[in-house]
Amino acid sequence: MSTLAPAPEAEKRHGPNRNYLNAGYTVRSWLLSTDHKRVAILYLVAVTLFFFVGGAAAVLFRIHLLTPGGLLVQPETYNKLFTAHGLVMVFFFLIPSIPAVLGNFLVPLMIGAKDMAFPRLNLASWYIFMAGGTLMIFATVFGGVDTGWTFYTPYSSMFSNSNVMLAALGVFVAGFSSILTGLNFVVTIHKMRAPGLTWFRLPLFIWAIYATGIIMLLGTPVLTMALALVGIERILRIGIFDPALGGDPLLFQHLFWFYSHPAVYIMVLPSMGVVTEIVACFCRKRIFGYGFIAVSSLAIASVGFLVWGHHMFVSGQSMYGGMVFSFLSFLVAIPSAIKVFNWTATLHRGSVSLRTPMLYALGFIGLFTMGGCTGLMLAAMGVDIHVTGTYFVVAHFHYIMVGGAVMGYLGGIHFWWPKMTGRLYSERWSVLSAILIFIGFNLTFFPQFVLGYLGMPRRYYAYPEQFQVLNVLSSAGASILGGGYLLPFSYLLWSLKYGPRAGRNPWPATGLEWKTQSPPETENFVVTPVVDEEAYAYHLLKESELGTA
Amino acid sequence: MAQLEMSFENIEQQQATSRFGMWVFLATEMLFFGALLLGYCIYRIEYPNAFAAGSEHLNLKLGTINTAILLSSSLTVALGLRAIQLGRTRSLVYFLAATILLGSVFLGVKGTEYFLEYKDGFVPGASFVYSSPSPGIDPHHVEMFFLFYFILTSVHALHMAIGLGVFSVLLVRSCRHRYSAQDHEAIECAGLYWHFVDIVWIFLYPLLYLMGR
Repeated sequence: MSTLAPAPEAEKRHGPNRNYLNAGYTVRSWLLSTDHKRVAILYLVAVTLFFFVGGAAAVLFRIHLLTPGGLLVQPETYNKLFTAHGLVMVFFFLIPSIPAVLGNFLVPLMIGAKDMAFPRLNLASWYIFMAGGTLMIFATVFGGVDTGWTFYTPYSSMFSNSNVMLAALGVFVAGFSSILTGLNFVVTIHKMRAPGLTWFRLPLFIWAIYATGIIMLLGTPVLTMALALVGIERILRIGIFDPALGGDPLLFQHLFWFYSHPAVYIMVLPSMGVVTEIVACFCRKRIFGYGFIAVSSLAIASVGFLVWGHHMFVSGQSMYGGMVFSFLSFLVAIPSAIKVFNWTATLHRGSVSLRTPMLYALGFIGLFTMGGCTGLMLAAMGVDIHVTGTYFVVAHFHYIMVGGAVMGYLGGIHFWWPKMTGRLYSERWSVLSAILIFIGFNLTFFPQFVLGYLGMPRRYYAYPEQFQVLNVLSSAGASILGGGYLLPFSYLLWSLKYGPRAGRNPWPATGLEWKTQSPPETENFVVTPVVDEEAYAYHLLKESELGTA
Repeated sequence: MAQLEMSFENIEQQQATSRFGMWVFLATEMLFFGALLLGYCIYRIEYPNAFAAGSEHLNLKLGTINTAILLSSSLTVALGLRAIQLGRTRSLVYFLAATILLGSVFLGVKGTEYFLEYKDGFVPGASFVYSSPSPGIDPHHVEMFFLFYFILTSVHALHMAIGLGVFSVLLVRSCRHRYSAQDHEAIECAGLYWHFVDIVWIFLYPLLYLMGR
């Protein structure tokens, strides 16, 4: 693929002697490092922490929902639990997970650059993120917030007596981190590509991150300002969104969803990028329809900005507005389906090997398709009115966000873990956890489709008795899912010390990141690589390399 | 000569990157102001009379003078950039100083306006006083106009203050001959930012001061 020196003999005998991990062991060398790989690890630690905080809230309310009357907490606490789960998971796990962890680590490596375009800004964005995260943890754990993650006005701005200001401030602050990360990606991908790495030779993960970066740049400021206005209304008690004071609550919903719908694509587009890399590698084939997958990422990013009104079908917005939003929401399914079809076509007659990352990727394709198809049901106004505000919606977006985004994230972590750490994890345990997560996920959320269709509203702390069986099933699934998430946490940590050393390219895969040593050295490349062929040239790999994955 | 950062191959790439980065940043900025302007315009359409009544109490004379001052400061930035492109470091220093001076005068005038509005009781909140001249105008909606006026202009002023800070650093550095005909990316990027802040004002001025008069 490129003109790079082969692995030096010394490295094979003694292991890599100089890399980004052993470049320094002090706390300072981590907290003040502008190396994109170290910043990625900082993000990895942070989002893992936030994931378990958000997960703990989910564990508590799933236990609570075991009985119709509620088992564990007061109604007020229940409200605070699902709000904490939503806020922490959306803004502090899902949005930063793949972009800030895998994106930070991989973008410069994949494009043959030494670092991001603005390395200091990159580190700064982690600190801003942590400041926002600290505010959010403080707001949700000490006192709590009861508005739901959507901060709907006028409840949030005039009536709620919980930590709304602190939580909104947390999201406000973290927004700047997201903007700076997106800016760094867009500029890096434009300006830092290695010689010969033209746009249509880029790995599709890069295309996905590029589209994600654009959404972060253009969406986040609007949410930031909307939350600032909520704060101002809350402090000054002057109408902006409160209808009693002449404000318009729909304006808030428009501003909120203008960001928060595209935010779904911030979560799922990078996952799609990860899945594309994995599918090509474990089918030993060049990807089917490269150009379509690349351009569909941009199509999702742009059409995705025009569909926010489908969150507001019953809010009182204009019916004709609703019809347009409904149409556009159907439209955004096309580029998403293009990706699914292209992955499937890549699988066709590929030499598929079911290694752990591939299990996650296949899980993603199935679950995302379910999430997407139920999304089409919700995009139809008639159906949406029937299931608005029910568990059907909850199940739908969890199929996208957890079945999609989190599966992709875990697949990516498993795929690039040998590159990030230089170690291999236990295949047996990782396959087990992938299967557990898939089973647990479906057991948790499939019953919620049924519950929602039968009319169980979301965000209620109690429910009629006939819904108990399905709720117990869901809670049982959640416990399996929780166990499934704890497993990778354990065996990946274990692998850091006891895992066998990974070579440069354990799978083996194409792509510049696999040409570096594992873990890569601080400068990434000793000699700047020159690229002279397309991505995913698996068909050009030698016979001996083909069957080894 | 400019310092080459570790992540770049050569100085041209580094300069093109920072320029492009500034453009991308301005795209983000556009959406910050865009959200606020959208809110303002929606309420302006919903309560045209109250917003026009509020607008009448803004100081048109000071606002117009400020517009002229800000536009001139954009000119001095552009002239400064031109000067350093031709290698005239001394002219750059003068033009940067002129920009900072004009920008500070703008903020001073803006402060004076705020003070006058404060004295007349137009600051939203507990101290807001507005006796409606006609029954068709709800004082709450006039207060909403002033709220948006203060939010928009203060966010704009905050951007100006940041710009002035940046220009002060650039001024000190250009006194030390840091910039040359080959190396003036910082001036160009700061200039882009300043022009953007200027353009925002070009939207704010008619929307807040002129409409409905």
